[in-house]
Amino acid sequence: MGRYIIRRLIYIFVVVIFVSLITFGLMHAVPGGPFSREKALPKETIAILNARYHLDDPLWKQYTHYVYEVLVPHITTTPPTTSLMDDYLISVNLGPTWFRWMNFGPSYRSRSRTVNDIFRDNLPVSAQLGTMALVIAILIGMPLGIMAALKQNTIFDYLGMAISIFGVSVPAIVLGPILVWLFGVALQWFPVTGWGAKPPYLLGLLPTNFGWDYFKYAIMPSVALGLGSSAVIARLTRASLLQTVREDYIRTARAKGLTERMVILGHALKNSLIPVVTILGPLFAALVTGTFVTETIFGIPGMGRYFITSITNRDYPVIMGTILLYAVLLVFANLAVDIVYAYLDPRIRYD
Amino acid sequence: MPDLLLDIRGLETQFKTTNGTVHAVNGIALGLKEGETLGVVGESGCGKSVSMLSMLKLIPSPPGKVTAGQAFFSGQDLLKMSNEEIRHIRGSQISMIFQDPMTSFNPVLTIGRQVAEPLEVHMGMNREQATKRVIDLLDMVGISQAKERINDYPHQFSGGMRQRVMIAMALACMPQILIADEPTTALDVTIQAQIIDLVKRLRDELGMAIIWITHDLGIVAGLAKRVVVMYAGYFIEEASVKELYGNPQHPYTLGLLGSLPRMDSDQRNRLVSIDGLPPVLYETPEYCPFAPRCQYAIERCRQENPSLQVVAPDHRAACWVDPQTGRAR
Repeated sequence: MGRYIIRRLIYIFVVVIFVSLITFGLMHAVPGGPFSREKALPKETIAILNARYHLDDPLWKQYTHYVYEVLVPHITTTPPTTSLMDDYLISVNLGPTWFRWMNFGPSYRSRSRTVNDIFRDNLPVSAQLGTMALVIAILIGMPLGIMAALKQNTIFDYLGMAISIFGVSVPAIVLGPILVWLFGVALQWFPVTGWGAKPPYLLGLLPTNFGWDYFKYAIMPSVALGLGSSAVIARLTRASLLQTVREDYIRTARAKGLTERMVILGHALKNSLIPVVTILGPLFAALVTGTFVTETIFGIPGMGRYFITSITNRDYPVIMGTILLYAVLLVFANLAVDIVYAYLDPRIRYD
Repeated sequence: MPDLLLDIRGLETQFKTTNGTVHAVNGIALGLKEGETLGVVGESGCGKSVSMLSMLKLIPSPPGKVTAGQAFFSGQDLLKMSNEEIRHIRGSQISMIFQDPMTSFNPVLTIGRQVAEPLEVHMGMNREQATKRVIDLLDMVGISQAKERINDYPHQFSGGMRQRVMIAMALACMPQILIADEPTTALDVTIQAQIIDLVKRLRDELGMAIIWITHDLGIVAGLAKRVVVMYAGYFIEEASVKELYGNPQHPYTLGLLGSLPRMDSDQRNRLVSIDGLPPVLYETPEYCPFAPRCQYAIERCRQENPSLQVVAPDHRAACWVDPQTGRAR
């Protein structure tokens, strides 16, 4: 198992190389550049900017420089500077030398920030929001699916699946404003915009003030973001459980005289969870990164908008950073799924 | 009839499908005495398993439904019981073992856990007591190092070993009846013999009655006293083993026996097979369901469905023709 996990972690580098190569090629192939404006900048300004960010270099040189800065750990004796070009995500002082790793470069658009600043300040907010949305999706989706399966073709089934259809078909862009109006404006239970935690974050990720002051901001956006996914989980749980209860070993369990409750919770559920767990990985990655609409509606300082605006702005380092982040998240989430598989099904062993 | 342990009368089971209602079991009657071993033989799909599953309310419903009949066990009609009442019978007084030891165990639970469950449910044992008993049971069915193996999962056992565990699980609560639904079909021949020997030994030790469902007449001969032959949801012949093998009175039984390889026959003889397949009955037939495949069929066979008649002492068959003479009875 340990060796398997290490192998998968090494595999992340291969993924990063491929994804970065494709992204790099595509974004340079698209017309326009980071300094194209409706009212064109003076030629001299563009020349200076291009020189500053090495955009005049041949593409292969730009790419190898990028990969070198991001992937290769640097060990140097020069202390870090405050230059935006010199911002490493990991920077550790080892006595006389410095270990520095992962410089994703400066943002061309937000002149005072680097991609690492975005990761440090905005990613934790999106990660918190996405995680809570996933928890809500599971908490609503799984019981709904189990209920629908157990009471197949009854009013509970139809009701559960109707809620699930509603969840899928009403996107956050509709649900969000409804929630804001109902619970924020009319009932005044929750604040309508903002986020309850500020950097610095615990372990670079978690809020320091777990409490009502934090959750009152988080509840509405998490529901808006998670409800659609809960519908997917509900449908999948239902289908999978219905499949499982037809298995021979369920008949064996009944023939032993177990109660229906023991048959379902003890024998069927664990087996039926495998397909559900499978989608939780990609779903998590999508919920952490695909939060543009929700974050905009609720005024949350997450990183969802960077995924969109970096591309329209041709903000090359931010495009690369966000895409690579998504790829790495996806690989990690799938690795987590594989580990959960081994726990759910003793027949699955990795070596 | 006095002192019958199990008395099934007129059991009918139907399945509603998109093509129509399938008549799977058509009014079978069966009596089982304490400690008796009964063989039920027939081709695949003739209703052997379904009739037994119906009795224990184990058929998937919908689409399956028991439409008529009674099944008295210790004076109580199983078919009239609530789900909760019959649950207390299943696994404690009437147990089943199933055909495919590969799929009949839950792959994600340990063997020990699965064998312990009936003990906890029916005998109120706690985990420790149950675990101790499970080790004894696994010992009893010949699993070596039972103490270590209770923490193993089904995929870590061979097919034969799994079937042994299945037997241990079924016998955990010392049932009065064991229903064996083709337990040796999925096993190779040497393992088959071991499992049958094991069941025989346990029957003599524990004294339970057995209903052994199979399509292998050879197995029944060595195990059961009495045999019923089933075809298209009907019992078509019922006799003691000796009588049935020595004096088969239904052309279908004759065909089944004819398709057995024999040690004492001339090596050149080819195995005989019965042409065609058993019918799927979408309605109660007004003719003998075997008539289309029967070489002895006469006009009456296509007009009237025969019922079981006494043809010899302790021997009943449902056929208009005496296949020994080829003439109408």
